[in-house]
Amino acid sequence: MKDKQLIVSAIKNGTVIDHIPARNLFKVISILSLERIDTQITFGTNLDSKRFGSKAIIKIADKYFLDEEVNKIALVAPQAKLNIIRDYEVIEKRDVEVPDSITGIVKCVNPKCITNNEEVIAKFSVIQSDDIALKCIYCEKITHQDQMTII
Amino acid sequence: MKNKSLVSITDYSRDEYLKILDLAAEFEKNPNQEILKGKLIATLFFEPSTRTRLSFESAVNRLGGRVVGFSDASSSSVTKGETLKDTIKMVTNYVDLIVMRHPLEGAARYASEVASVPVVNAGDGANQHPSQTLLDLYSIRKTQGKLEDLNIFMIGDLKYGRTVHSLLMAMSHFNPTFYFISPDELKMPKEYLMFLEQRGIKYYEYKDFMPIISQADIVYMTRVQKERFSDPIEYEKTKNAYILRNSMLDNTRPNMKILHPLPRVNEIAADVDENPKAYYFTQALNGLYVRQAIISSILGLK
Ligand SMILES: [Zn+2]
Repeated sequence: MKDKQLIVSAIKNGTVIDHIPARNLFKVISILSLERIDTQITFGTNLDSKRFGSKAIIKIADKYFLDEEVNKIALVAPQAKLNIIRDYEVIEKRDVEVPDSITGIVKCVNPKCITNNEEVIAKFSVIQSDDIALKCIYCEKITHQDQMTII
Repeated sequence: MKNKSLVSITDYSRDEYLKILDLAAEFEKNPNQEILKGKLIATLFFEPSTRTRLSFESAVNRLGGRVVGFSDASSSSVTKGETLKDTIKMVTNYVDLIVMRHPLEGAARYASEVASVPVVNAGDGANQHPSQTLLDLYSIRKTQGKLEDLNIFMIGDLKYGRTVHSLLMAMSHFNPTFYFISPDELKMPKEYLMFLEQRGIKYYEYKDFMPIISQADIVYMTRVQKERFSDPIEYEKTKNAYILRNSMLDNTRPNMKILHPLPRVNEIAADVDENPKAYYFTQALNGLYVRQAIISSILGLK
């Protein structure tokens, strides 16, 4: 039993993403395309968190992310922390940073936008990064955090 | 500006605006020149706008260029379900520049990414119509002799009116004072007010223009449309408050001019037309020179 628990809770090498708001766990999984990774992935959700009430955590074995990959999750988990693990040790802790621009991921809020009517990938410039606001580079309308639909 | 698409009024800098206006002034003196000889321009109107299309096509023809295109999506392959991308890819092979109008917002920006030739946006839904803004600037400079330090009144639908939003952005380079006069339901959106505050530009909001109209250098009228009101009774109550009549112009400044993007419905009474302060028909004509300036500078001919 003890060994079994160890497999779930620790990874030898890889990345642990902590402090994900529990309600956005599956959005993080989809943004990072974790369904396409074939190494071992474990996650826990609805864990107690002082910050959000309930948080989620993901552990991905043998996988390290580029900054630009991981910064995409800032839209749904701005407070997430990355622990980089080598040989069971945390060798680095990283915060996610809201990137300057976003390609894909989010749907433009404007139903009359070209990106919602033809096969055009939505692109945004991030005009506000605390309470996130994205400006569509096509229709120039602003999508606020509370209007965001992740695609 | 050579080979640079004009999609949004913010694509151009203050200096570029001024260059276009100077060039337009040259074309006003001599609108018939052969400088576009041998050039082919596409006018792709995915939604009809006779006024804008005729202005662009006259601009090209008077400079000796030729035009191909369509005036309505229903007369083109677009109705057969062809994507915008495919239409643009096809047209871009044939022409030197594309002028397009499209009902979807962002269509012109997307076309400019897909096309190998420059794109001039002649209106994308409620988003941008930069040649209108440049002709507004031209009209203001021409009637006032300058763009700086003017009192600009915007009256009517300030919430949905794209022309007033673009004009606000463009004029913000020239230290204006804005007076926004609208019913509560159609006030200037917060994002534009914030933009002005960040730039330190003064603005005032009113519901009625009569007490202050004597301060105006430019009165920019827009249509107040019934369908913009959630409450039809509100519309009935307010509609007459935003109609400009000749008798209201008695105490206005001598240099004051009335602009309107046209077409108007009833927001400017017909008795204003004969007043020398009415400038909207000349404003529309200025569009010809400004469009000549835009096209020839993008093609690198001026
Ligand atoms: Zn958009």
